[in-house]
Amino acid sequence: MTIFLIILSIALAVLAVGQLMRVFEASSQLKGGTSVLPTDAENKYQAKMMLVFLAAYFSFFAWLVARYGDKLLPESASEHGVHLDNLLDFNFAIITVVFAITHVFLFYFAFKYVFNKDRKAYYYTHSNKLELLWTTVPAIFLAVIVIWGLSEWIDITMDETPNDAVVIELYPKQFDWTARYAGSDSTLGASNYMMISGTNPLGVITNQTLEGRIAELETEKADYQIELEKAPKGGLKEQEMIEKIEKWDRILAKVKSFNDLDEANRSLGNDDIIVKSEFVIPRGKEVSFKFRSRDVIHSAYMPHFRAQMNCVPGMVTEFHFKSTITTDEMREKTQNEEFDYILLCNKICGAAHYNMQMNIKVVEEEEFNKWMQEQETFAESIAPAEQNGTANANQEANVISMIEY
Amino acid sequence: MATGHTDHHHEETFISKYIFSQDHKMISKQFLITGMIMAVIGMIMSSLFRLQLGWQGESFWILNFFLGDKWAPDGILDPNMYLALVTIHGTIMVFFLLTGGLSGTFANLLIPFQIGARDMASGFMNMLSYWFFLASSVIMIVSLFVETGPASGGWTVYPPLSALPQAMPGSGLGMTLWLASMSLFIVSSLLGGLNYVVTVINLRTKGMTMTRLPLSIWALFVTAILGVLSFPVLFSAALLLIFDRSFGTAFYLSDIHIAGEVMERTGGSPILYEHLFWFLGHPEVYIVLLPALGITSEVIATNSRKPIFGYRAMIGSILAIAFLSFIVWGHHMFLTGMNPFLGAVFTFTTLLIAIPSAVKAFNYITTLWKGNIRFTPAMLFSIAMVSTFISGGVTGIILADSALDINLHDTYFVVAHFHIVMGLSAVMAMYAGVYHWFPKMYGKMMNRKLGYAHFWTTFVCAYGVFFPQHFLGLAGVPRRYYSNSEFPIFDDLISINEMVSIFAIIGAISQFIFIFNFFYSMFKGPRTTQNPWGSNTLEWTTPIDPIHGNWPGPLPTVHRWAYDYSKPGKPEDFVPQTVPLEDGEFDGGGH
Repeated sequence: MTIFLIILSIALAVLAVGQLMRVFEASSQLKGGTSVLPTDAENKYQAKMMLVFLAAYFSFFAWLVARYGDKLLPESASEHGVHLDNLLDFNFAIITVVFAITHVFLFYFAFKYVFNKDRKAYYYTHSNKLELLWTTVPAIFLAVIVIWGLSEWIDITMDETPNDAVVIELYPKQFDWTARYAGSDSTLGASNYMMISGTNPLGVITNQTLEGRIAELETEKADYQIELEKAPKGGLKEQEMIEKIEKWDRILAKVKSFNDLDEANRSLGNDDIIVKSEFVIPRGKEVSFKFRSRDVIHSAYMPHFRAQMNCVPGMVTEFHFKSTITTDEMREKTQNEEFDYILLCNKICGAAHYNMQMNIKVVEEEEFNKWMQEQETFAESIAPAEQNGTANANQEANVISMIEY
Repeated sequence: MATGHTDHHHEETFISKYIFSQDHKMISKQFLITGMIMAVIGMIMSSLFRLQLGWQGESFWILNFFLGDKWAPDGILDPNMYLALVTIHGTIMVFFLLTGGLSGTFANLLIPFQIGARDMASGFMNMLSYWFFLASSVIMIVSLFVETGPASGGWTVYPPLSALPQAMPGSGLGMTLWLASMSLFIVSSLLGGLNYVVTVINLRTKGMTMTRLPLSIWALFVTAILGVLSFPVLFSAALLLIFDRSFGTAFYLSDIHIAGEVMERTGGSPILYEHLFWFLGHPEVYIVLLPALGITSEVIATNSRKPIFGYRAMIGSILAIAFLSFIVWGHHMFLTGMNPFLGAVFTFTTLLIAIPSAVKAFNYITTLWKGNIRFTPAMLFSIAMVSTFISGGVTGIILADSALDINLHDTYFVVAHFHIVMGLSAVMAMYAGVYHWFPKMYGKMMNRKLGYAHFWTTFVCAYGVFFPQHFLGLAGVPRRYYSNSEFPIFDDLISINEMVSIFAIIGAISQFIFIFNFFYSMFKGPRTTQNPWGSNTLEWTTPIDPIHGNWPGPLPTVHRWAYDYSKPGKPEDFVPQTVPLEDGEFDGGGH
């Protein structure tokens, strides 16, 4: 509030100065001292201001670097990130030099060649030599930037993921993340958004979830049928229920068609491991991420690993990297006991977009393997949950499905 | 075509003169003032969300004053309204100020004047262009008042967020109105653009060859072509989005489970929308920037009393930028899951744009060299424009690199980059244009002292706002975050946000110096002289009090290019385009 008042008073001061200037202008007009073009004094003053601005601008830049230079991201915690940081430094070196030189010339010339009525400007229309020079020199630098940049890009995006990579699926929704490890078979089980239910937030398809989901849909459909009978004839409610039942029939048909998947396919998901709020990755081992999205576009941004990829509904996107620094080591390097690697959402996705996060923990491979063994598999995690479920019909159906399984 | 109705001087009613005018000069003023009103709205919005970003979660009565109890309960901004403000601020600034306002004002004012035409090829279409623009502005403003709030999915309105009312309140009626407004805007832009292209091609006066055109006209001409080729693609994107929103199609939707329900829409892809949007969206950057470069070329040459350096290279770079702008849109989409090979191609084409841009920047600097510089407010704004064009342009080299974009995409680094290179450059040039051509618009001079005060506060605050944002981006702060306080890693950067907000608010308030100067000078300013800046171009040969048909007698004949400033052997330091070449004299632009 006080800050706002300060701003307001600055604003009023600006306005007051403006008013004073107007009075000044009016009085100078009375004296006949008005001119269409800037006076010599005005020209000289503005010319000096050009140099003042140049100095101020460069100082501001230098101050920002000094003040915030060490508050930027710490050193990259991934293998490719180190290469990217080098490339970034190289680019920054070039553009800072270009920025500085052009600004010195721009403002120095503006200062130096201030209007003088006794002088005539140099009539200089063009110079093929000069223009050739500043077409080719940027072109050469850009060629270096392009070649280096693209070779990094190709290394990061187009190389083969090794077979022993840890496979992790990240599945965002408004407004949180869920991670799924491929488990001991290193293969993620099939999934479909129509399979999503309270106990199966990722829509993983296994025999068990398939039976459960079909039973759930049948129950819901039955409920709608009861409501349809109760609804007054010809009313909106009746119409709504008819549409619901039709929709549920279509979803049921689709879900039932998953039974046609191979038996092998339907068991891949059982050993998957699903975690929320934090996921763990081993240091020095390639991690291959698969991204889907449940509702709108999100973007999985892991700034400390220089990694990012959009999560787009209807498709699977990929990114992979090898981490090089464990969380504990990074805590030492940054001298911050509470440091954590984070995953955040970087594509506008709704009201709580600004708070959609997940911690990432990097540990040594042994510790990672140990951690993995402690986790419940997907099959284990849904079995007890469904037995404790409240919907009777669901329970019955699940018991049957478990026997089959 | 160039001859014709010279005695076209009938009495006009108030309505035909000021409201349904078909005169390019009046339409230009209509665009300018509508654009200014929209800009003030967009600017107030930015000040409001800067209050939240600078002092996160604190209460400000002014937020409550503007937004009411629903969107700012107890003076604390609602996150949905934050996104709405960001979205409408972007939409207004990009489309209504820097496309409609900038091109609409200066294409209308300068094209007939500087090519020596009585008016646009079709005055009626020109009038329609303004009225569609006004209608679209009004709808955009109305959308601010609907119950669920205006569109809030970011100015790019990516589906599914913008397609599904379940995804956010702003995707309800507010989004429908946004699409309606943009559709009308596109119609306006096409009517205007076609007219500008036809006028430049057909109505140039005798002697006005393409290589004697001022660079402002070249820029506006090429801009109009870009608009005519790219806006229809945005229209198709908007149309498909309307279908997805209202008629149950699935162009952009697939496999969505939202608000606890399965949506039975499969087969579409949001990536399709992104391609269609950015096929306009990238040329749009140059639709904003090219007129700014054109205005700057004029103002710098005139006030340096020196020919623009490398006139032909300037035309060449305008054409090169325009061509390349159509094959770079994918650099907005490196991380969408697009084929990485395609990303590599777009990196290459994008970095190519740096070459013609560098040529332009170097040519401006060389124009200043050994010039005889008069620091009018317009000149100051033009020098500032060259500075922002360079400062913002160089960071484009980093963002164009797909590999580096991985870590900088959608962070504040991008916000800093495009605000400086596109926003500031275009705004600086627009101010330069208004200060420079105000005497031609209103027959009065603007107050120079207020102009200086306005310039320095604007220029200093502009860099104060956007330069520090590079550092936020390098620290990994994502854009469009209502608050950074949920992440301890950003705690060290709170003071940057506070500094940025203070500069933003002072900068916003100082724009009222300009608004005051503009309206005060319109009524009370001293009368201008015939050719106040000693310019060569044709508009300064028309009467101070504008008339229908622009020139009272026959149309002027052009004998030389527009940049014979300080030509050796001439008594004055300028030679208007209407002065015939002497025996043995070379035409500067023509050899």
